[in-house]
Amino acid sequence: MPYVEETYDIVVVGAGHAGCEAALAAARLGLSTIMFTVSVDSIALMPCNPNIGGSSKGHLVRELDALGGEMGKNIDKTFIQSKMLNQSKGPAVHSLRAQADKQEYTRQMRMTLENTDHLTIRQGEVGEILVEDGAITGVKTCSGATYHAKAVVLATGTYLKARCIYGDVSTPTGPNGLQAANHLTDSLKAHGIELFRFKTGTPARVDKRSIDFSKMEEQFGDERVVPFSFSTDPETVQKEQVSCWLTYTNEETHEIIRANLDRSPLFSGAIEGTGPRYCPSIEDKVVKFPDKNRHQVFVEPEGLYTNEMYLGGMSSSLPEDVQYAMYRTVPGLEHVRIVRNAYAIEYDCINARQLKPTLEFKAIRGLYSGGQFNGSSGYEEAAVQGFMAGVNASMQVLGREPFVLDRSQAYIGVLIDDLVTKENHEPYRMMTSRAEYRLLLRQDNADLRLRAIGHEIGLVDDETYEKTLKKERDIQAEVERLENTTVGANPRIRAFLEKHGSTPLKTGATMAELIRRPELDYFALAEIDERRPELPADTAEQVDINIKYEGYLKRQQQQVAQFKKLESKRLAEDFDYSTVKSLRREAVQKLNLYKPASIGQASRISGVSPADISVLLVHLEQLRHGKGTV
Amino acid sequence: MKKENHSDTIAAIATGLTNSGIGIVRVSGSDACSIVNQIFFSKKKDLDLRTVPSHTAHYGMIRDGEELLDEVLVLVMFGPHSYTAEDTVEINCHGGVLVMKKILETVIKYGARPAEPGEFTKRAFLNGRLDLSQAEAVMDLIHSRNEYAMKSSVSQLKGSLSRKVKGLREAILYQVAFIESALDDPEHISLDGYEEELLGKLGPMMEELDAMLRSADNGKLVSEGIRTVILGKPNAGKSSLMNVLVGEERAIVTDIAGTTRDTLEEQVRLHGISLNIIDTAGIRETEDVVEQIGVSRARQAADEADLLLYVVDGSCPLDENDEAIMELLRDRKAVVLLNKTDLDMQVKEAELEEKTGRPVIAVSAKEETGIDLLEKQIQEMFYHGELDFNEEVLITNVRHKTALANALASLHMVKQGILDQMPEDFLTIDLMDAYGQLGIITGESVEDDLVNEIFSKFCMGK
Repeated sequence: MPYVEETYDIVVVGAGHAGCEAALAAARLGLSTIMFTVSVDSIALMPCNPNIGGSSKGHLVRELDALGGEMGKNIDKTFIQSKMLNQSKGPAVHSLRAQADKQEYTRQMRMTLENTDHLTIRQGEVGEILVEDGAITGVKTCSGATYHAKAVVLATGTYLKARCIYGDVSTPTGPNGLQAANHLTDSLKAHGIELFRFKTGTPARVDKRSIDFSKMEEQFGDERVVPFSFSTDPETVQKEQVSCWLTYTNEETHEIIRANLDRSPLFSGAIEGTGPRYCPSIEDKVVKFPDKNRHQVFVEPEGLYTNEMYLGGMSSSLPEDVQYAMYRTVPGLEHVRIVRNAYAIEYDCINARQLKPTLEFKAIRGLYSGGQFNGSSGYEEAAVQGFMAGVNASMQVLGREPFVLDRSQAYIGVLIDDLVTKENHEPYRMMTSRAEYRLLLRQDNADLRLRAIGHEIGLVDDETYEKTLKKERDIQAEVERLENTTVGANPRIRAFLEKHGSTPLKTGATMAELIRRPELDYFALAEIDERRPELPADTAEQVDINIKYEGYLKRQQQQVAQFKKLESKRLAEDFDYSTVKSLRREAVQKLNLYKPASIGQASRISGVSPADISVLLVHLEQLRHGKGTV
Repeated sequence: MKKENHSDTIAAIATGLTNSGIGIVRVSGSDACSIVNQIFFSKKKDLDLRTVPSHTAHYGMIRDGEELLDEVLVLVMFGPHSYTAEDTVEINCHGGVLVMKKILETVIKYGARPAEPGEFTKRAFLNGRLDLSQAEAVMDLIHSRNEYAMKSSVSQLKGSLSRKVKGLREAILYQVAFIESALDDPEHISLDGYEEELLGKLGPMMEELDAMLRSADNGKLVSEGIRTVILGKPNAGKSSLMNVLVGEERAIVTDIAGTTRDTLEEQVRLHGISLNIIDTAGIRETEDVVEQIGVSRARQAADEADLLLYVVDGSCPLDENDEAIMELLRDRKAVVLLNKTDLDMQVKEAELEEKTGRPVIAVSAKEETGIDLLEKQIQEMFYHGELDFNEEVLITNVRHKTALANALASLHMVKQGILDQMPEDFLTIDLMDAYGQLGIITGESVEDDLVNEIFSKFCMGK
């Protein structure tokens, strides 16, 4: 029987946030790439919240941008409101979040993809992966076409055997009623891949005209917008923004929910998947926190050219009639009309323990995966994984070294290490508290941390990289100048210090010492600093942070140095830990299950003790000198 | 061979702990010389341990500030020509266990950290000082020392101390989780006025840590001594034996004040050897390990012991209970006591010796005969190094104390941070450090505690 047969370097399965980044990275590296989607109209779809970024997720987007990814640029083109969160807190937890025009976001990303060389977009469902001798050779679509490839990136998101549920209504579709992918699961299982069933949910979308905004608090964007992308000129993103709105649930809402819990598929047991604790449905919140008499509801626009509004904080899988009843108890929503019901969605994803830190399957060479398929949640988490998977697939095809970021380099490193090393029982979301070196991994210095790596990969051009190098030099020179500039205890300085409520100087002090005082900073010192060079705002910000928090930053740098020692000790993939007899049995089991890439990774596996690590170090040394390299 | 560049300096007592003879506190690492130099005082005015020739011995005094600790001989060896291949200082002292411990604590106070189980040997190996063929032995050593340390650090932790530490950990974690949830979800959870509140909570926490540290100085966090468990059938004479041991004139009985309610330990001193006769509440009440509490409990007690005293009632024949107990003796240090020599003997010494493979001593707890032989036996085992209990226990104490001191220092940093108006996300760094330090005491690692606490205590998310 005749059938279609084509050959590419790389196949990407899925065109969500992970798939787009994977495909773009591969194609931009010059590899012939084909990206499959069940619907070309759903490329870079945002089926849940209408925003990009937020606490720690904003960090991910910035890091992705520094490496040469697309998400930051795309949201800069399509945002309708932007806010820097946590501005009153330390610089490490400042986080950018932008409301997107969802349709526009999709359209712009599609346009970028369609105009990228070496990239083919293809609508169709991939039903099989083709594997020979433990290596991927391509994929087969449900229509019978075969696509040979040197590497495949799976980015199926929430589509695998997806099921959407509210009340007793259950439809076998992906998000937004899109076609689910029902065949690939069986092929993956046949190749020995272990799958989990996760669930997540989304609130209702309602008609703006049915909302009484006078009963809600208006939430504005920032006056001065900071772009996501380091390549976006800040002047181009200063534009008119739209508002979000804040209202609250109340006891009446909670009563309705409690009275109808038996009709919720979550509590009746109709949903078997594991849901995330950080993104609970409103019924979860009411049950888990009975003492809270109200919960926040953020009413957010879905775009400029639609009346649909997103009810952030009220995701649910209660039946339609209960949804109406509970939403209508909320001030401002008394007469609300629902456009799309809230629903829970269940889907197949993998146990990410099966992946290497490069996101390649340990058991199948050339098969990579990224995004919600790996058990994460969120557009940003998906995008960065897609990028890393796409880059690593490309590195393999190009015969280059794999590319892994560690926990001290980026949130991306923390995210992937957590996914592949820790037992994950719910969709994984990034949080700043998961990053142990978060003072160093700031969103403001993502370019300084990662541009060089992006340049080395080949996704950051020379000119962009040179700009970062210059910034680095400027920062260093200015910090040095401030450390070496002394101010005297003269009347002018005294007056300045008095004005800022700062203790007068008895003897001279350096500018840097003054910056470290709680009530002062680099910017305040401008008026007594005559020889200050003119620096761009982002460079000045780095100078201030580096001096002001020097003590804490140094402490973390020392911790990183310790961490790196163990991270650099590699372990062989095929090593059998049962041959090391002094390891505890639990450690042997876990190590054989996870097959960590380094001693560092081994030390983070639960059930492996510091003594086991000591034993491994000794063993490694023995192997290194006695029986060749490990 | 490449030299491992360990930046930190470790210390431990390098000799077995006896109350007589010379003991060595060994310090190894790049700061070894400069640390000891600060507490070592020679009559030679300009003597600086950092600049003396390698492999030289120096006579002088160890002082902690004004306090004179001991008269010592200090041996300085520069890397790579030392056991660990690092700069090493050995302090030879002769003031007995307490002085050695004090010197070790002082070295730690001045910048060393307590060595992990087997760490000197591990470093020696990693630095290429040991033959490759010794690798297996090194791994076994790390393994066994660690198993032992885990046992002593967790199971010997006094109940009330453990509860206090756990309570503090919970309180700290709650505060961190609150801050983190607010950072993660600033639109739901506000930190307005929080620093004041935290300041108020820090005071009592620091006081409690301070009190624990003081009690660590006065008494002990865990008991130092040979952990001894008496096993035997009902009416074999276990309690009588205990009473005899405890009641001896030369024995000193201490109830370790203020540290425990739920575990009682009788500490008995025999010719300078401390026996810690462990008497959990259960054992004390029922008097009978095997029958009432069951073999599993007895096995657990035996597992945690350094020495088993198996009391056999010589007046009745051996039965299956005895068989079960003999099973417990396997691979453990034990002395068998053939009791009730005052009665008609049904069991023979030789028979028992053959069955257990252990020394058998005929005693009569009732008439207090043979007890001197038991003491002599224990003494011999101890001085021949068969009972090598206490260096781990002792260093466990030092580790715990170090952890408490570090936790307190971290909370001081939190307080200072608040006074310096540092943003809340900086405070969590030191709070988590304190949490981690206290976890060393209870044997719990950090893992995903924080994330779990955030989700279980605070309502977040869209």
